[in-house]
Amino acid sequence: MSFSNEDIGAIWLTLRLATTVTLLLLVIGTPIGWWLARTQSWWKGPVAAIVALPLVLPPTVIGFYLLLAMGPNGPIGAITLALGLGTLPFTFWGLVIASVFYSMPFVVQPIQNAIESLGDRPLEVAATLRAGPWDRFFTVVLPLAKPGFITAAVLGFAHTVGEFGVVLMIGGNIPGETRVVSVQIYDHVEALEYTQAHSLALTMVVFSFLVLLALQIFQRKFGQQGMVYGVRG
Amino acid sequence: MSTPGIRARLQLRYPGSESEFSLDVDTTFPGRGVTAIFGESGSGKTTLLRCVAGLVKADHGLLIVNDLVWQDKSTFVPTHRRPVGYVFQESSLFPHLNARGNLTYAMKRSASSDPQALYDRVMETMDIGHILSRYPGQLSGGERQRIAIARALLIAPRLLLMDEPLASLDEPRKQEILPYLERLHTSLDIPVLYVSHSVDEVARLADTIVVMRGGRIEVQGQATEVFSRIDLQSGFGEETGVVLQGRIVERDQRWHLARVAFAGGGLWVRDSGDPTDEAVRIRVLARDVSIALTSHDDSSILNRLQVEVAEIENDRDHDMFLVRLKAGQEFLIARLTHRSVDHLQLTPGKSVWAQIKSVAIVR
Repeated sequence: MSFSNEDIGAIWLTLRLATTVTLLLLVIGTPIGWWLARTQSWWKGPVAAIVALPLVLPPTVIGFYLLLAMGPNGPIGAITLALGLGTLPFTFWGLVIASVFYSMPFVVQPIQNAIESLGDRPLEVAATLRAGPWDRFFTVVLPLAKPGFITAAVLGFAHTVGEFGVVLMIGGNIPGETRVVSVQIYDHVEALEYTQAHSLALTMVVFSFLVLLALQIFQRKFGQQGMVYGVRG
Repeated sequence: MSTPGIRARLQLRYPGSESEFSLDVDTTFPGRGVTAIFGESGSGKTTLLRCVAGLVKADHGLLIVNDLVWQDKSTFVPTHRRPVGYVFQESSLFPHLNARGNLTYAMKRSASSDPQALYDRVMETMDIGHILSRYPGQLSGGERQRIAIARALLIAPRLLLMDEPLASLDEPRKQEILPYLERLHTSLDIPVLYVSHSVDEVARLADTIVVMRGGRIEVQGQATEVFSRIDLQSGFGEETGVVLQGRIVERDQRWHLARVAFAGGGLWVRDSGDPTDEAVRIRVLARDVSIALTSHDDSSILNRLQVEVAEIENDRDHDMFLVRLKAGQEFLIARLTHRSVDHLQLTPGKSVWAQIKSVAIVR
């Protein structure tokens, strides 16, 4: 099994994309998960449904609308143009934004479930011990919901590594910029380079298997057998 | 403006119901001692406590605690800025921290100017030095509650709220913790609101009693006074009885007895070892009081008091009468059968002898 320089470039780019997306999603997904877990607002249902949309929509649909939104006539495109950033399609950061949407449910749902299962009591206790809202989050919620956050990070990362359709729609196929592993495999197959395709594809299979296996072991250890990949069974 | 004590005017409706209040109180609790909030489940006790802590926001609230405004028209101080210690009904220790970690959590956020001195004092009172390295799962229910009480004290609260801290414990564990609570009572100079539905706990701990029913305060008064009212005692069953405040004035070394003088006379009790002249609280259960028309010297009963029948009322749960007896300035309650009341022709104003089979020092 050997990798060409282009293969290694694709692997590196994929890891960079997945890491960036995971970090962003932990920052964005935590308040959303928190809100979904604790709100009694009428908006909970619609927001939860929107977050979950990527689970059921074809990647091409998400990619298509994001492409329009990020294009020069779309709302995101208008903002980025006004800021002098150009348009985002066919760039690394365009891919990052698309992936954030696409992997959102895999991060939000485990966080939401973990916070829901905490209940009110630990937060009330911390408040009576004079801990303010941020203090409570970092000293009570984060340590007690840690398994949920780890599950969220692992799933967000793995799912971003595995995406293909959205990348094709938004990113195209630019080496070093948007050509991630899944696209590279596609290229190899198109060019009938089955040996190279096989190296990368098998690497993906092994990687994905190990991630999911690690998650299973982790969730069993923390007594979350009811959770299947972060979604309550 | 000075309002000593805890001024509380709190109203809360159940969401979705128009008329039914889950809480509607307007009162002032004393600024010192233990105020027991007593009532059946659903009477609004816990809701009241949660409103005082700021965990629930009452609709039209006014709450002033020893001159500090915690809630009025324009103010709502959030829980974490209120100097309250709160002990929850079930174990509320943080599971990710051991006992010491739980205490340190409070110490770090304490309002005390000398946290170390406070720590030493709390350690001594609650007697928990030997279990600090254990995690909540490795502690017994009683130990967990002791840690939880210590943790609440370590923030140096100006008001201590306890929501049935013993309710989740079995009888032996309760008896294990009660002495600590009593000790707390003497060593603590902050007011305590103590929610309970246990007559026994209230009889032992309360200085003031607040009886709640249907979200409202039915009665509020001194413990001795509230316990002497037979209309409130109806339904307490075997626990019906009075508490009396007295002082040990004499002891009989030979028979290990001590005489407690109270405003209605004197009673011999088993010597508890409390020093002479110590203020004690004694409890006389209604089932232990019988009535005679003349003084008998030929029975095993040690304590006899000449009393006057003040009031007779039906006991709600049983086919019995509760008879309120005036002894000096205090009252006793006897629980008698209808036949006895008829046979002795007891009527208010009649002078009789109360024979008291058993008296216990409860504090």
